Amino acid sequence: MSGRLFGEPIARREDPRLVSGAGRYLDDLGPDALAAAFVRCPHAHARVVDIDVTDALDVDGLVALYTYEDLAADDATRVAEPLPLLIPHPALTEPRTGYPLVKDVAKHVGEPIVMVVATDRYVAEDVCERIRVEYEFLPPVVGVDAARDAARAVHDDVPDNVAAHLVQEVGDARAAIAAAPHTLELDLEIERSASMPMEGKGVYARWDAADASLRVYSSTQTTTSVRFALAAKLNIPVDRIEVIAPDVGGGFGVKIVHPWPEEVLVPWAAIRLGREVKWVEDRREHFISSAHERGQLQHIRVGFDDDGRLLGLDVEFWHDNGAYTPYGIIIPIITSTQLLGPYKPGAYRVEFHSLYTNTVIVTPYRGAGRPQAAFAMERTIDAIAANLRLDRAEVRERNFIQPHEMPYDHQLTFQDGRPLIYDSGDFPASLEKLKKLVDWEGFPAYRDAARAEGRRIGIGLACYVEGTGVGPYEGAHIRVETSGKVVVSTGLTTQGQGHETVFAQIAADELGVPLDAVSVTTGDTRRFKYAVGTFASRAAVMSGNAVALTARKVRAKALRIAADALEVDAGDLEIADGTVRVKGHPPGAAGGEIPLRTVAVLSNPLRYAFDEESKRATQFAVGDASGPPVAEDDEPGLEATDYYSPMQATFANGMHAAIVETDPETAEITILRYCVVHDCGPMINPRIVEGQIHGGVAQGVGGALYERIVYDENGQLLNASYMDFLMPYASEVPTIETDHLETPSPLNPLGIKGLGEAGVIPGSAVLASAIEDAEGIRITRMPISPSDLHHLRLDRARQEHDSTAERGAAE
Amino acid sequence: MTETLHATRLVVNGVAHTLHVPARRLLADALRHDLGLTGTHLGCEHGVCGACTVLVDGEPMRSCLMFAVSADGAEITTTEGCRAPDGGLGPVQQAFTECHGLQCGFCTPGFVTTITAYLRENPLPTEAEAREAIGGNLCRCTGYQNIVKSVLRAAELVAPEAAVAPQAGGGLSEGPR
Repeated sequence: MSGRLFGEPIARREDPRLVSGAGRYLDDLGPDALAAAFVRCPHAHARVVDIDVTDALDVDGLVALYTYEDLAADDATRVAEPLPLLIPHPALTEPRTGYPLVKDVAKHVGEPIVMVVATDRYVAEDVCERIRVEYEFLPPVVGVDAARDAARAVHDDVPDNVAAHLVQEVGDARAAIAAAPHTLELDLEIERSASMPMEGKGVYARWDAADASLRVYSSTQTTTSVRFALAAKLNIPVDRIEVIAPDVGGGFGVKIVHPWPEEVLVPWAAIRLGREVKWVEDRREHFISSAHERGQLQHIRVGFDDDGRLLGLDVEFWHDNGAYTPYGIIIPIITSTQLLGPYKPGAYRVEFHSLYTNTVIVTPYRGAGRPQAAFAMERTIDAIAANLRLDRAEVRERNFIQPHEMPYDHQLTFQDGRPLIYDSGDFPASLEKLKKLVDWEGFPAYRDAARAEGRRIGIGLACYVEGTGVGPYEGAHIRVETSGKVVVSTGLTTQGQGHETVFAQIAADELGVPLDAVSVTTGDTRRFKYAVGTFASRAAVMSGNAVALTARKVRAKALRIAADALEVDAGDLEIADGTVRVKGHPPGAAGGEIPLRTVAVLSNPLRYAFDEESKRATQFAVGDASGPPVAEDDEPGLEATDYYSPMQATFANGMHAAIVETDPETAEITILRYCVVHDCGPMINPRIVEGQIHGGVAQGVGGALYERIVYDENGQLLNASYMDFLMPYASEVPTIETDHLETPSPLNPLGIKGLGEAGVIPGSAVLASAIEDAEGIRITRMPISPSDLHHLRLDRARQEHDSTAERGAAE
Repeated sequence: MTETLHATRLVVNGVAHTLHVPARRLLADALRHDLGLTGTHLGCEHGVCGACTVLVDGEPMRSCLMFAVSADGAEITTTEGCRAPDGGLGPVQQAFTECHGLQCGFCTPGFVTTITAYLRENPLPTEAEAREAIGGNLCRCTGYQNIVKSVLRAAELVAPEAAVAPQAGGGLSEGPR
């Protein structure tokens, strides 16, 4: 075998299919399926008084119409119940979830009220247009301020709009701050953004009445959990349901939520109608009825010494969770714990309120609370440096957890319910690499030269630590076929991360087979039934290690069978290029070796030969008559299943630096350089690592400078299109320069740490830092547009004018 | 309330078809659902993202903003038609696989068609021109850096005999080194 594949930047194996139009995304399936469309509530808070379908009934091609009454009338299922609360938490004292179709009161624009099934989508939309819904308007609650004021309530039985309230404290932060020689207070705000995968959600269901079985295709980040959820909702034995994620056009978090209303309703309708039914979300539906993230108000108090070392940190923040809490309070928990980044905070107190508003639900979007966390912490560190007139990198370094202090226990509880203990990382080394990459020391001279030309240039820096690879577990199944092909399956799903490539690299290495011999399937419950899903930068850590552990089991079995066949000790054997051979035996020489495909044949004692090769395993060809053909502790087949279930998350980290230029006239903000140092442990495929970082940075830049979900005071989403919600094009994303540190995690067999969310996390923090440096104006609210910056400049000019006037008056 | 169907002739990837479609049927839907060419994807259905870009008589067009009937008589190329004559990957597709120019792949067909047309106009783009060339297409996965590389690599593959165009090294990197 030609060396290790782990660590090689090999080209992705999924790409030839995807570039040539041979990918199979959700809407590429089921060409003959009926199409579903939905009448959605156009109001943020309204009681449904009447639904009049009279005009809709004579539309040619209409097949069925469903309202909540139809769900309620179906006693055989549980579709009329609220959607599940996926992640309960003791602090989430007032959880609320919606119904698949609005039961009585709609709580945000976009909630589905009527489901229409028709011969095609055009007809289904025609029908929707002819349905008249009468509403009684209720006053909406929009924005954190309104939710906090609680003059009005989203849910009648939650008058203060507080879904959850959680405090964590280590030491006495308030006392530490009171006793500190220096203190600062900051008020910060991050606005809403959204995952916005290029492919929206979609569901396609096929009910086989004769077989009493349901097959559901969903553009989801978790097929196994959708399967269990459907079994529960539809009251069908789980063994009669299979859920498959076809090629998925991006997820970034929004597709981990499940079951969506449509994910319940489409299979339910397919069963009722005995017909294939498909629903493909359009872009407007995605904006108004999927999920958003990020919106938080933060108040920070910090105490520090003369050197800028943190003595106490007291953070309170208010998190806008939208109208419902199906995904629990994972985001604010992550914000509250990951806020600490690579630093020792001294005493730490964090308190959050998670608040209801009449807006679409807030669930994880790549980064999942961490961009807000990094913004809070990094703005604080910058403020300390400015206060003491110290170098920003120096203040960071002084507060770093040192490599010899790993594992470092923050004595907090993380999002997985387990202790927040960092396992690895070398923060000083990462910072050193970043300073070198961006030329931190050389920047002042560069800035001065630029200023002499009338240009405004600033540099920023931001660090983060990211808990990745949370449990509970992932598993894998690997089978060596009698052709020698190695078939790998894992239950978690893929939305473009390149799992077909990296899991094959791991399996090929562990088994000693060529990469071409390995095929990988993800997210298909027909192939693997127990999994959690793809989120929290966990796929490589969880399924990667599960694949490695499983391959090791298969390898051990192959060696045992080969040892019997070759009449040698298994310890004297190795596997290379798909052949088991005695160590030192010249490849190809007679005796002393056996191909894995033959081992696969021998692993399955046969009565019936199905081809030439399998004759070798029939009852008159092999077998030791002194024992049973399959030993008591053995099973047929050269295959195995294993699981990886870690004690806790593994913590990756990274640091970004950016140089920006702000136009003195137009306030346009241009990123001149963007540098990333990242530590995800040993890289399985550096090419894929780089790609993940690039994509994350692009979303970080979008979140910092362009993307802003805008609701008006009535709860209308004003920019529900790509025309108005500004995702970056190529012209907005800078060239990204990367360097890597690879400190292995001691927690898993491959030593790897998660990566997927990394690039996005410090985007707002680093760009705020750089803009602040260029402008000399405090940046406390992101995203920031040229117009925002212009207004900040006007505010400053006014303040300067006022203070000059005051001084003049005093004189 | 039966819709009137209109006979529409389309030559798609070199193959002639006559479709009978309602006047309102989008070209994208005709390609995807009537002809089964599902390589063309719909990302926004309002002409912004570019995922649905196909070549209509050689020009990149948003197939979500065109009715099939308005393409009557046109020659259309989709990403399926950007393959090599032997059915293997065409040069732009090959470049994307070599440069890791895609992740989820949903937007990629629109880039492939756009770049295929662009390189006919400008076979030797600079890096800045390559970035400009893809400036009308959205990608949520890659951050575009490797798509820019893919454009440059595709140019090499399309015109292997041509000298490598002088590249602006460092691109937007104007800061201190």
